[in-house]
Amino acid sequence: MEQNKLSMVVFSGDMDKLMAAFIIATGAAASGMEVTMFFTFWGLQAIKKSEKTGKSFFGKLLGFMLKDISGVGPSKMNFGGIGRWMFKKMMKAKNVALLEQLRDIAIQLGVKLVPCQMSMEVMEISSDNLISQVSAPVGVASFLEEARNSKITLFI
Amino acid sequence: MSEQIKVDLVLDLKGLLCPLPIVKLSQAIKDLPIGAVIEGVATDPGVMADVPAWAKASGQELISIEQQGKEYKFLIRKIK
Repeated sequence: MEQNKLSMVVFSGDMDKLMAAFIIATGAAASGMEVTMFFTFWGLQAIKKSEKTGKSFFGKLLGFMLKDISGVGPSKMNFGGIGRWMFKKMMKAKNVALLEQLRDIAIQLGVKLVPCQMSMEVMEISSDNLISQVSAPVGVASFLEEARNSKITLFI
Repeated sequence: MSEQIKVDLVLDLKGLLCPLPIVKLSQAIKDLPIGAVIEGVATDPGVMADVPAWAKASGQELISIEQQGKEYKFLIRKIK
């Protein structure tokens, strides 16, 4: 049955796309919707602690490249981190909430943050590597069940 | 027109940009009793569209919204 819910796949680990995801999520939660965000692949960086991850050689290599929410750069014009620095400065000057603040607001408003089990396995990210506010990891069937009951579904 | 309406809480939203005005509004209205009126004062022009949309989505009553110079003032009554 369709409920007043929003469910979102957060695939991207880009700063700008994560901004869009968290602005929509907090806006929906503030308007009385029940919101679930599923984090998969690059999106896992948004709910990861700042520690390095990985067990195998490739896992560690990947873990070395992965960022946390304050370290991710924009999808365009990052220029090795200069873009991230510039955007953050501009957003602070305009008093726009930073990504990490938006995530805190989302948590305060009761937005459910759900990691994808499969991408955690592949990328060698354990539950201990994720922030404590996330729910238990799930698979595609759980997302589809949520999506089926949602008024709005998004893939970002 | 807002003179006759008793305001229970004035919410300062000046300097805040999307999505913070509606986030603060939704947090502030939670603690108020049914029938209470919030006056919001914002500087983000986006609230002219977003506050009416928020009121509709969350089932609260928008009494008025207007621009006064560089500020946007609105009155919201909690009805649920």
